[in-house]
Amino acid sequence: MDEVTIGWYIALAAILFSMGALGVLVRRNALIIFMSIELMLNAGNLLFVAFARHLGDLDGQIWVFFTMTVAAAEVAVGLALAVSIFRNRDSVNIDDMNMMKG
Amino acid sequence: MGHPIVFLILATVAVFAAIGMLTSRNAVHSALYLVLNFCTVAVFYLVLNAPFISMVQITVYAGAIVVLFLFVIMLLGADQLPKASSNGGLQYILAIFATAGLATALILQLSGFGDGTAKPESALDASPEAIGTLLFQDYVFPFEITSLILLVAMMSLIVFKAQKRKKQDG
Repeated sequence: MDEVTIGWYIALAAILFSMGALGVLVRRNALIIFMSIELMLNAGNLLFVAFARHLGDLDGQIWVFFTMTVAAAEVAVGLALAVSIFRNRDSVNIDDMNMMKG
Repeated sequence: MGHPIVFLILATVAVFAAIGMLTSRNAVHSALYLVLNFCTVAVFYLVLNAPFISMVQITVYAGAIVVLFLFVIMLLGADQLPKASSNGGLQYILAIFATAGLATALILQLSGFGDGTAKPESALDASPEAIGTLLFQDYVFPFEITSLILLVAMMSLIVFKAQKRKKQDG
């Protein structure tokens, strides 16, 4: 208990990732679901940096940098879609988004 | 890899910020809890000898992305949406069991990669200079790909908005 090992970070990242997954499963507001996805990406990034430190290898930090770029692009496109769906349907509740249903 | 007390305090704050994000009814409160979570993760990055990533986390995540979220929430006035009627208790129970199983599986599976002792702090030179050298030598192709991703995202948004405006005018 007197030394923080990689296992502690694995447990924390797994818990944060699962909470993001829980948010995606139970929340109905599309914006909160986006935030939960960001939480999951962040948990993955935390594990990348923890393993970079554990293995003494800088490559993990570079991949975190790329993940952040992709997350930024994803949020910009996703929020624009959410805005136009809200304009059309007057709701961001994902239960109302059944336009593609045959 | 950091002092145990520092780890426990930061981990508690991070987990409770995530719980607050999931449970608050107001979307603006959720976004603010998300900022708290991102900031604690940024402190974790500092503890883990990643100062550059930590600052990028603050500026990109806690700065740009959450501000974008707050803009959209306030633009739509979507902060106080009524609760959906289809949310049954069974769905919550199943979701909690599924995510508990996911967490257990992740911990068990990933623990196998954590064998051996950590390298000493001095083994990792994570100064912005070292990161820049690695980024522009070994990772220059993925770096160019990210610029392409951002360009495509920007162009898709412009085309998306321009098409809608044309439809409204015509």
